[in-house]
Amino acid sequence: MEKTVKIKVDGLYKTYLDARGRVYDALKKIDLEVYEGELLCLLGPSGCGKTTLLRIMAGFEQPSRGYVAIDGGIVEKPHVKYMILFQNYGLFPWRTVLGNTEYGLEVNGVPARQRKEKAMELVRLVGLEKFAHNHPHQLSGGMQQRTAVARALAVDPEVIFMDEPLGALDAMTRLKMQEEIVRLWQDKRKTIVFVTHDISEAVYLSDRIAIMSLSPGRISKLVDVPLGRPRNRSGADFARVQDFIYAEFEMSIREEIDYYI
Amino acid sequence: MKKKEIKKKIFRPVSFLPLEKIIYPLITLLAFTGIWHGLSTMYPTYQLPSPLDVCRGMMELWGEGVIWEHIRVSLFRFSVAYFLAAASGIFLGLLFGWHIRLHAAFDPFVQMLRPISPIAWFPLAILWFKVGDPPAIFIIYLAAFFPILLTTIAAVRSVEHIYLQVALNFGTRERDILTKIIIPAAFPQIMVGLHLALGSAWIHLVAGEMLGAQSGLGFLIIDARNFLRTDWIISGMIFIGLLGLALDKCMGWMEKRINLLWGHVMKN
Ligand SMILES: Nc1ncnc2c1ncn2[C@@H]1O[C@H](COP(=O)(O)OP(=O)(O)O)[C@@H](O)[C@H]1O
Ligand SMILES: [Mg+2]
Repeated sequence: MEKTVKIKVDGLYKTYLDARGRVYDALKKIDLEVYEGELLCLLGPSGCGKTTLLRIMAGFEQPSRGYVAIDGGIVEKPHVKYMILFQNYGLFPWRTVLGNTEYGLEVNGVPARQRKEKAMELVRLVGLEKFAHNHPHQLSGGMQQRTAVARALAVDPEVIFMDEPLGALDAMTRLKMQEEIVRLWQDKRKTIVFVTHDISEAVYLSDRIAIMSLSPGRISKLVDVPLGRPRNRSGADFARVQDFIYAEFEMSIREEIDYYI
Repeated sequence: MKKKEIKKKIFRPVSFLPLEKIIYPLITLLAFTGIWHGLSTMYPTYQLPSPLDVCRGMMELWGEGVIWEHIRVSLFRFSVAYFLAAASGIFLGLLFGWHIRLHAAFDPFVQMLRPISPIAWFPLAILWFKVGDPPAIFIIYLAAFFPILLTTIAAVRSVEHIYLQVALNFGTRERDILTKIIIPAAFPQIMVGLHLALGSAWIHLVAGEMLGAQSGLGFLIIDARNFLRTDWIISGMIFIGLLGLALDKCMGWMEKRINLLWGHVMKN
């Protein structure tokens, strides 16, 4: 199958000033190509710049150097075709599940009847039809997550960026949501860039994993995940890939210590 | 051991029997009335009427329908002033909250005007608005306007950034950002301002009606003093207190509903 590049990150740097006013690289020379329709995970320890990279890819921040291009066009500001799901969802508490899901259609001029139908369809897709008229605070963390996914899918985006979307969920819900995300991805065939610091989550979800390391934040390794779907978490192959990623991860941390010495 | 006891004290859930909620204030009320009655025997009626006198005075005011006219007039002035204050306070609050430069330009001015008691505006109110409804409305307006303005500005400022980012991601136009994000997101906090202003406005209602008005609860009190009808003065005060309490309860109820809908956890 021919792979087309959907997102291209080229020679990207992001520098910030630290507490003492010195310049440091939060992201250093990031080169990355994300293929159309793939599910790619950015995997790395806390503080390695995953959120920063994702926000730049989604157009919420500008790189200090280098660029991000989607479909050949440089990303300069957020666009409704490229949805980002924030770490804490950002659901509107004054709107119901349905109201939240409708939002994107509403501000883009879709007539009321049509957008209600479309939103309801998505609410059903994420399994929240019974809660369509509830407000976010009446939902569990997993349901809030689903609502955020439904809201993003409603505008039929081409790319979805997810920033540790399952981080706040309990272990069981988390596994369930991972399956849901794979199901939705296979159903809708969107390009997904998924940020996580959980190795087994990355292995379960990804076609490829970009392993990131700290100080400066960079991509230290790009790994293909040679597993079919649906994936079996308790299978031997799964464990092997997970061990491999773990080893790479360790190595990237060791490099980092070398870097300091 | 000691620590444990302290902990117990702190974390012991306080639970009331429903009856207790009625009984305790009732005891306070009875005690208060008793002391009042005792004191009233030591003073002439025009200085301190007995509770019974005041009860009679209240019945009188009520029976002749006088009180209703005063209440009607007062509520009218109050509503007009409060509505104007809410409309202008929220409008300007949204404007200043959203446009930083505009806020910078007006803030010192607002900060300077704010500490001036509405009562200090009396002379100007009379010079400008003569007698009747307008000066009273003006004073009540001032009392309500500043709390609403300031809380609205603060509310807009503290709208969570993530809502704006989500809005931006969906390609929301600026007009929609105001109506679909800023206003609903700031609404619970604006309600707090409206609630504060309600109390402040009601307190200043009486003051406003003491100048040049020929009706209203404030006027009732002043007028009763001219006739040394101290029982009516106190009756008027009780009516003012009860109405204020009722208004506050209504507002509290609305606030609670909104917070419930918005998923805000109410403090207290
Ligand atoms: N606006 C900012 N100003 C200064 N430093 C920042 C800013 N945003 C992020 N950083 C720094 O950049 C680094 C990467 O942060 P982040 O992208 O949030 O990491 P991650 O999401 O992987 O945990 C951190 O050291 C963080 O302190
Ligand atoms: Mg992060």
